Amino acid sequence: MTMNAKRNMQVKKVNPSNLIAAAIIAAVYVVVFVLEQIMPPTSMLFTVLKKGAVYALVAVSMNLLNGFTGLFSLGQAGFMLIGAYTYGILTIPVAQRAAVYQYYDGGLVQFAMPVIPAMILAGLVAAVFALLIGMPVLRLKSDYLAIATLGFAEIIRSIFQWDKLGKLTNGSNMLRLFPSFNDFNIKNANGEVVVYLSTLVPFIITGVCVALVVMLLHSSYGRAFMAIRDDEISAEAMGINLAKHKQQAFCISSFFAGVGGAMLAMYSNSVQAKSFTSAMTYEILLIVVIGGIGSVTGSCLSSFLFVACSEWWLRFLDQKQMIGSWEVPLLRNGFRLVVFSVIIMVVVLFFRQGIMGTKELPDLFRKKKKASEAGKEGAAK
Amino acid sequence: MLFNTILPYLLSGVSVGGQYALIAIGYTMVYGILRLINFAHGDVFMVAGILMVYISASGLPLYVSIPVVLIATAAIGFLIERVAYKPLRTAPRMSVMISAIGVSYALQNLVLYITGGLNQFYPTIPFISQSITIGGASTKMVTVVTPILTVVLMVALVLLINHTKIGMAMRAVSKDFETSSLMGIKINNVISATFVIGSFLAGVGSLLYFTNYTTVIQTSGAMPGLKAFVAAVFGGIGSIPGAVVGAFIIGICESIIKGLDIILFKLGLSKQMMGLATFSDAFTFALLIVILIVKPTGLFGEKTTDKV
Repeated sequence: MTMNAKRNMQVKKVNPSNLIAAAIIAAVYVVVFVLEQIMPPTSMLFTVLKKGAVYALVAVSMNLLNGFTGLFSLGQAGFMLIGAYTYGILTIPVAQRAAVYQYYDGGLVQFAMPVIPAMILAGLVAAVFALLIGMPVLRLKSDYLAIATLGFAEIIRSIFQWDKLGKLTNGSNMLRLFPSFNDFNIKNANGEVVVYLSTLVPFIITGVCVALVVMLLHSSYGRAFMAIRDDEISAEAMGINLAKHKQQAFCISSFFAGVGGAMLAMYSNSVQAKSFTSAMTYEILLIVVIGGIGSVTGSCLSSFLFVACSEWWLRFLDQKQMIGSWEVPLLRNGFRLVVFSVIIMVVVLFFRQGIMGTKELPDLFRKKKKASEAGKEGAAK
Repeated sequence: MLFNTILPYLLSGVSVGGQYALIAIGYTMVYGILRLINFAHGDVFMVAGILMVYISASGLPLYVSIPVVLIATAAIGFLIERVAYKPLRTAPRMSVMISAIGVSYALQNLVLYITGGLNQFYPTIPFISQSITIGGASTKMVTVVTPILTVVLMVALVLLINHTKIGMAMRAVSKDFETSSLMGIKINNVISATFVIGSFLAGVGSLLYFTNYTTVIQTSGAMPGLKAFVAAVFGGIGSIPGAVVGAFIIGICESIIKGLDIILFKLGLSKQMMGLATFSDAFTFALLIVILIVKPTGLFGEKTTDKV
């Protein structure tokens, strides 16, 4: 949207729908900041917001590939794993390394990096892996690509658990004690928190990354990606280098998945290779589908919805509930997930457009007479 | 020396391979007809295992419970197709695949709810869990039964496909959807039959597999499912003998890699343990990628050309 807004500013006056969208996004940030100062930090709301922000970034990165470039890749968990490990390995304070790498003599890396450079590196390492993996597999079509990328995620998972790499990856033990979101809170001399930032910071990181993705999608590269999605052969005929653009989309998507992995590590305070399973990729894919394949706004919204439902709103289904003296049947541990999967199946089967379809936030505020134009733009996305 | 060291791994590889083969047939048949990777197939296999646990816990004798499990598994396959795939017949392929992933997620969560996420102990099936000794390596009867049963079922299925009316219909549908419906083939019935056969075989596979591994949990279907799919691709998707051959190769390789450390150590080729067993799963996928790049149609697959 930012790019769109800029271009409009040069040519004509700013599109009001973009302004409204920008105002809404700004308001969300302000609300998050204010809520964090006034509500107890243990509230479930913040867990959902933090995890939602992490998933939003990963979902957008997956959407860039699946929704905008038409490459059905299922390797997201693998790239998140690379990002999470890179971040963890680079940022554990030197003093803590002996404790973390207790079976590997304190590990190989004996320095610690600041958080932000480490996150960028996490993305870059994931992108480098994507470059190597992409060379052979991007030649494959649709479901073969899906299964090959899924396979790569599994290979990466076993490599990171390999005992011989323990000095670097801590083998099958977890990495921990690196800076987490809570370390962003500003404390006074007594160690009391003065300003809470632990939820706002993931929002900002995700916001910056998503803005970059949106700008990319509005550039000539983004248009090339969408052309490839719509029709590979005609895109090639128009002079788009398929291999190059697919490779770019794959690397960029992996970069953000890597950053998302680093954020997931910060969210959960620990990293362990065995948790980055294909089930995680499926979850992210379902988020993308619920949000609408081909809508950045949809991916962000549905991440928060998905996390809120699975972690918070449906929690009551896991406990015994009484209505008066009548005990509601079926409610016990795990029922939440059953209900949740049914909801997902209903969306997948009957609301294939997802929440947003291919619309973005500003499209919602366009005036009625521009509806056809908005539709066209939506279709182009 | 070499043979004696490798034999136990070879035996367990053949056995696992046969079990993968029974799952792989389901993948390859569904893919042949619908061009769909049925991600839920591995979970149908797992559900068959769970069903067996619960049905035999209810006290039914084995000669009743085994057929009941097999029929119920086939019914589940049929239901999944009707509920989750049939409404999407005209939708893009990606939607169907996403629906399959949704079904897989739903089945896993349902089983998690029913079992409480605990390992369930698989009932002992007397004949096939007997211990026997082959060439100095002790193993379970299931090791011998699996490959034989797999090959018998495969031959029966190939005969069914090549020499019966429904088999002919299946071949026609897999060649061309629309034309075969114009020829009066009831496509939905053919697809249902495919799912019923595939799920039935996955049920048979689960009887053998879980006799070997003894516990079932909601995630136990995921890995065998993926590996069976790899086997199907390896053998050439759409080809039933291909899937079986691919599955045996993958089963044997995987089992040997699991024991590679010990084999190398015993043969004096390595001085220390390398922890190579970690790579037994990774190997399967590496094989998949190599195959996809070198020979995308697999060992026995037919070559297809893309039309603009």
